[in-house]
Amino acid sequence: MSSNGTGRLDVAAIRKDFPIFETGIAYLDSANTSQRPRQVTGAMLDYFEHFNSNIHRAAYHIADVATERYEGTREKVRALINAASTKEIIYARGTTEAINLVAYSWGRKNVKAGDLIVLTILDHHSNIVPWQILAAANGARIEYVDIDDRGELRQDQFRELLKRSPKLVAFSQVSNALGTINPAQEMVKAAKAAGATVLVDGAQGAPHQGVDVQALGCDFYAFSGHKMLGPTGAGILYGRRELLEAMDPFQSGGDMIKTVRIEGTTYHDLPWKFEAGTQAIGEVIGLGAAVDYLGGLGMDAVRAHERELTEYAYEALSDIEGLTLYGPPPSRRAGVISFALAGIHPHDLATIADRDQVCLRAGHHCAMPLMTRLGVPATARASFYVYTQKDEVDRLVGSIKEAQRIFK
Amino acid sequence: MSTAADDQFYREYILDHYKNPRNYGRLDNPDITHEEDNPLCGDVVGMDFRVQEGVIEDIRFHGRGCAISQASASLLTERLKGMALDDAKKIDKHDVLGELGIQISPARIKCALLSLKVLKVGAYGLADDEDEV
Ligand SMILES: Cc1ncc(COP(=O)(O)O)c(C=O)c1O
Repeated sequence: MSSNGTGRLDVAAIRKDFPIFETGIAYLDSANTSQRPRQVTGAMLDYFEHFNSNIHRAAYHIADVATERYEGTREKVRALINAASTKEIIYARGTTEAINLVAYSWGRKNVKAGDLIVLTILDHHSNIVPWQILAAANGARIEYVDIDDRGELRQDQFRELLKRSPKLVAFSQVSNALGTINPAQEMVKAAKAAGATVLVDGAQGAPHQGVDVQALGCDFYAFSGHKMLGPTGAGILYGRRELLEAMDPFQSGGDMIKTVRIEGTTYHDLPWKFEAGTQAIGEVIGLGAAVDYLGGLGMDAVRAHERELTEYAYEALSDIEGLTLYGPPPSRRAGVISFALAGIHPHDLATIADRDQVCLRAGHHCAMPLMTRLGVPATARASFYVYTQKDEVDRLVGSIKEAQRIFK
Repeated sequence: MSTAADDQFYREYILDHYKNPRNYGRLDNPDITHEEDNPLCGDVVGMDFRVQEGVIEDIRFHGRGCAISQASASLLTERLKGMALDDAKKIDKHDVLGELGIQISPARIKCALLSLKVLKVGAYGLADDEDEV
């Protein structure tokens, strides 16, 4: 595996770690969920076959191994995003659960009637709906930062909204629908200066670029393991320690307690206060292996590879007549390309591509407010990752031409 | 992987109904009008009915979306025109899928059956229940 010392990914070698490519598919839907290398499934299998047991609870050897591996992922993730402490790394099922945790545990206590929440039109439903529910429950208001014609957030409007002292600002580091890379660091800095608590949805950030949450300066950062070579069911909430300490638990029951008495209960220390019940142990172990794998590649090399592919794909798609590209130019976007074809619905294109074993996403990408803003019901979307090669982009171009021939 | 059934997915006549939809447009003062959408892909189909003495005298559909949803609506209006409402009531998903005559993947079934949903919910006020359709 890995990059070959030149800072470039050796994609041919990487692909050998992913048995799924033996099926012959061109997989262009990594923003939806990534593929997993043998190293990840192997680490999970090792747990299931050799030391399957519950963590934190048993006094026998295999449970110690399970606990050690499970907790080991926390340090790997801490290092990946440069958090100050493993106490700030909370396991959640994914980005969605991580954001819901914040909306519930932090939001219900801190967001009051009349408070302002600032979101963006670019956001995924999972960074919109929990806040809408909170706002409805607590009487807060929500404002959405709009985009400009290039699909980039209108920073002027964002600054205006900050003047109204929002209680919370939540936005995605990278848009899953358009690939827009938001100027997260500047935005966090401005929002913090305005006194807001800031959550960054890193679902499309952490898998694709180096992240340093301390430099970023946000209060919360959420991402999903399954979009970064890990399994489904294991994701991360990073939270600044003092905020997490002051928050009430999210779910409650076993494992998140210190003592339970009839008169009352004391909660466990961080991070376990937020991890109630038996956890997704095998999945968390798999996530640790995924972080190791990415570490072996180097996040700069990952980003460089995706950037090169995105430029290649952008160029290739730009040449096709009747094809509209959405979002910013390739230098300002991640490995995501959303587009539409004149006279051909994205679902029809996806069906035709499927005949060529090209896996393409078509739909609203869980960003209906954005689709409404763009004035389209749906787009087709190709997205790339460490194993994506130019040949797969060429196959997409072939499918597009085939669709145009059929629908001519 | 391509199979014979897949290759026929976009059969000529489906494309024809998509590009040249029959009974497309709106009726003035329809007796029944109803629209449904499929938010997942943004498909929309609406139908206007003129009903006289229990018979669908005239029908128009409007909408936008993928070839499957629009061709299915066009085909359904052809079948419905001149049909007694009681007979229209008996049309079920097997009829609609049969008329399309192609293998529809589970992900696209909703597209194919959107027009039937418009008929059922609009014309009979049936509960908006997927299984009913
Ligand atoms: C930007 C963004 N936020 C949140 C999510 C939700 O992630 P999950 O479904 O893993 O909870 C996604 C995944 O589609 C995403 O792309």
